[in-house]
Amino acid sequence: MAPPANRRPGYSRRAQYGTFFGYLAGVLGAVIAAVLLIVSIFNPDLFSGLRNGASQITEPAGGAAARTRATGRDVLSVIEGYALAGKRTAKLRAELEEAKVRLAESDAVAQENKRLRQILQLSKRQPSPVTVTRITSSTPASTRRFATIGAGRSDGVEKGMPVRSRLGLVGRVLEVGYSSARVLLITDTESIVPVRRASDAVAGFAQGAGNGTLRLRLLDLGINPLKVGDVLVTSGSGGLYRPGTAIGVVTRLTRDGAIARVLANPAATEFVIVEPVRAPEANRPLEEDQGTDASTASPRARTGGDQ
Amino acid sequence: MSRFSNFQKSASTTRKSINRVPSPTLAIGVPWVSVILASILPGVLVIASAPIMPPMGFLLFISWRQLRPGLLPVWSGLPLGLVDDLYSGQPFGSAALLWSVSAIVTDVVEARLPWRSFLTEWLVASGMIAVYIVMGLALANWAGASTPLKVVAPLIMIAILVYPLAGRIVAFFDRIRLTPFVEIS
Repeated sequence: MAPPANRRPGYSRRAQYGTFFGYLAGVLGAVIAAVLLIVSIFNPDLFSGLRNGASQITEPAGGAAARTRATGRDVLSVIEGYALAGKRTAKLRAELEEAKVRLAESDAVAQENKRLRQILQLSKRQPSPVTVTRITSSTPASTRRFATIGAGRSDGVEKGMPVRSRLGLVGRVLEVGYSSARVLLITDTESIVPVRRASDAVAGFAQGAGNGTLRLRLLDLGINPLKVGDVLVTSGSGGLYRPGTAIGVVTRLTRDGAIARVLANPAATEFVIVEPVRAPEANRPLEEDQGTDASTASPRARTGGDQ
Repeated sequence: MSRFSNFQKSASTTRKSINRVPSPTLAIGVPWVSVILASILPGVLVIASAPIMPPMGFLLFISWRQLRPGLLPVWSGLPLGLVDDLYSGQPFGSAALLWSVSAIVTDVVEARLPWRSFLTEWLVASGMIAVYIVMGLALANWAGASTPLKVVAPLIMIAILVYPLAGRIVAFFDRIRLTPFVEIS
């Protein structure tokens, strides 16, 4: 229907001007927003301070919600457990038998590893985490996948540090505030992680697909050697992520790679571990590196010293 | 005896609402606060590895614009959108722009569609939601992401289906907004 010819609110000049300036302000607002948008697209770091301030404000609520989320999941899993108990017990028993054998094997491997290290005179350096914290919030509706963690500059978190949970890689620190930091999750389309198959050296890149899965592209073109169920771990090439962190399981094969399910679903992880960056000291001489040992130094001092 | 006490009870509740007016702060502030809360809360309550939550801030914003036209001014898209941008992960300014434009669009539609019905409002809102989500995707991709369009298809469906619920939430807040509890002195 055509709009009425007379759209004046009445004879009051004040009301007429009010409507007019309201629309003017609306259009101006859109223009200002468009300018801000263009500025932020060409200079994304400009507003990171504002964003960090904002996430600082909601951090306490996020911490409380993180605890509640954990409890809520427990309740659901208890209900689910009743429904599926018998089947699951049988399956778990079978898996346990297999796991016991694997454990014995891995003990043997660990022993051998230790012996070889002694021969090579390498000290064992398992990097200790920078900090352990909670995921306080994430972007719910946007196609970008960011999360906020409850630790920041005051806890020693720095830009670029990998974030992982017990189950695998979660993401990488993007912006750091005083007591919170923004993490680019591995499911974001801008996140690219160099990976390899856990069982051998088939290497590739895992890029977020945007829908909660990973898109895996292999380095070597040719026959796709992947199989459904293959476990992917970080390969460590590029130096950003530590090698050997689990990242996903192949669920479907594509022409040039595969689609993988993320192991460390951020919704199911209560605590995450922030690890030091590897890259800056990757080329440091070995002697200097041996001086700082895992048991003596503070986490900050050994940032990246795991070579 | 019980009938008498009932009478007394109802009389006392009536007396409570007599001589009371709504708080002007609440009457103006509730829409703003509710939209800001809707922008922030879903991100805190759910940690999502895929875009599954509907953009509640935007849904409440257009609900307020449709159910109480004029209560949130035309320019309110800018400040509310900026708050949403702080938490949404979109490039800063994206929600501010899209909300400002949709505030103007609701007014234009309002002038052309003077009838009110649940279905037409839902239909108009559905169109706006779909455009909003697709435009949000386009702006995020412009800023560096490369998400394919099919990822947001389920999100659009969820958001459209949740919209009537957003209307209910707005109606609930509207009742709080106009509860008379401030005594006239």
